[in-house]
Amino acid sequence: MSVYNSVDGHLFLPVLKTYLPILVFAFLGLTVGGIFAMLNHLLGPKKPARETAASRRQGEPYESGIPVEPTKGLRFGVTFYLIAMLFILFDIEVIFLYPIGVILKDADSVFVLGEMITFVVLLLVAFVYVWRKGALDWR
Amino acid sequence: MLSIADTQLAEATWIMVVKSIVIFAVIFGVLPLLTVLERKLIGRFQHRYGPNRVGPYGLLQPLADVGKLVSKESFRPENATKTLFILGPLLPVLAGVLSLAIIPWGDVQDGVGLYGIDVPIGILYFFAVGSIAFYGLLLGGWSSGSKYSLLGAMRSAAQLISYEVSMGLALLGVVMMSGSLSLVSIVHSQGEIWFILPQFVGFLIFMLAGFAETNRTPFDMPEADAELVQGFMTEYGGMRFGSFLLVEYMEILVVSGIAAAMFLGGWMGPGPSFLDPIWMLAKMLGLVLLFIWVRATLPRLRYDQLMSLGWKVLLPLATLNVLVTAILVVVT
Repeated sequence: MSVYNSVDGHLFLPVLKTYLPILVFAFLGLTVGGIFAMLNHLLGPKKPARETAASRRQGEPYESGIPVEPTKGLRFGVTFYLIAMLFILFDIEVIFLYPIGVILKDADSVFVLGEMITFVVLLLVAFVYVWRKGALDWR
Repeated sequence: MLSIADTQLAEATWIMVVKSIVIFAVIFGVLPLLTVLERKLIGRFQHRYGPNRVGPYGLLQPLADVGKLVSKESFRPENATKTLFILGPLLPVLAGVLSLAIIPWGDVQDGVGLYGIDVPIGILYFFAVGSIAFYGLLLGGWSSGSKYSLLGAMRSAAQLISYEVSMGLALLGVVMMSGSLSLVSIVHSQGEIWFILPQFVGFLIFMLAGFAETNRTPFDMPEADAELVQGFMTEYGGMRFGSFLLVEYMEILVVSGIAAAMFLGGWMGPGPSFLDPIWMLAKMLGLVLLFIWVRATLPRLRYDQLMSLGWKVLLPLATLNVLVTAILVVVT
């Protein structure tokens, strides 16, 4: 049992070693995912050698019986883009709040609390602005 | 002064490898049973039997399902992008398996920590790794070259990122009360009172966001079958389709695990300490039953209702919860 020790030179090695199971999990995940992705290739039935009407249909994207329109360029609503931008803004807020959240109890100071509240309130102002602009309404 | 890491324990390499494989194997043993459990329960909720033909009580149904999925021909639409199409289901599986590492099954016993990893970044690891799954959905849906897939992928991406923010803020309350990001320390700090009581609002927001993050009813917009066929997985068949389903159940387990560890006292329970993993699993399964129950009860929301619930209700509520918790933590 080797516990983290900051006195002698082994500062980072044990810390990094606690992350080792991630590699094992990553290996297992990639293996299982890869097997699942290729399993039908290996075990499933093969395409018939001669092209039939059915096998030609098979390559078309799904449509409920009506002729398939070829997709020319992929378009989607700009609202998705807006949501993604707002997400970045607020997710960064959350990430910045985490370190303060961790030390808040031990620091036990009104100054830290005040800083945190200032930060959140500033973002709330932005949130209210975004809301009143109608960016949060789905169109 | 805070120590950088108060919970570091590095076991021998082979112990780490073995325990990771054991956790993985147990979860993969539970997953097929979950699918049967869900179908049985949904059947009972709807006054029918559910699967009962394959094996005793239909317990072997997952084997039959996998057999069917495996025996399908592997094909993809002609205008699909091949590499990305294969990468689509692979990334969510990777993300799901990686996030299994963070669930704590027990404390350090006999020099072995009963968890995959217990690192100081803790919950941030869950968020970072869990987000990899979004790429899988987006790539899979986009590369299929089908309008239903693309629409489903865009919808699910927008839904997932909208609820991600509330989810992060909901957990922040617990982080502030325990003063640590490591899930093991968080469970330890629930010795007196489980965080579900002081952080009930956080628990509600986390579970709601969890329903949305795992694409479950009432938020199963990405695969709203009445309008989008099967969402981003429309063009997938065989085990590639199967891995999307597998990931859904794995994510339910992971979200339940995080919720059990952060709000329900983790592995704590009466009895000797070797029962700890059993308690953890029991609490997780309890939350999974909640997922199934909600699916049988609630209808699907409309998409604009979903987005306004996420942005206009949960986000302000979660922010308020954080502020109130912060004030209470400092004042008391």
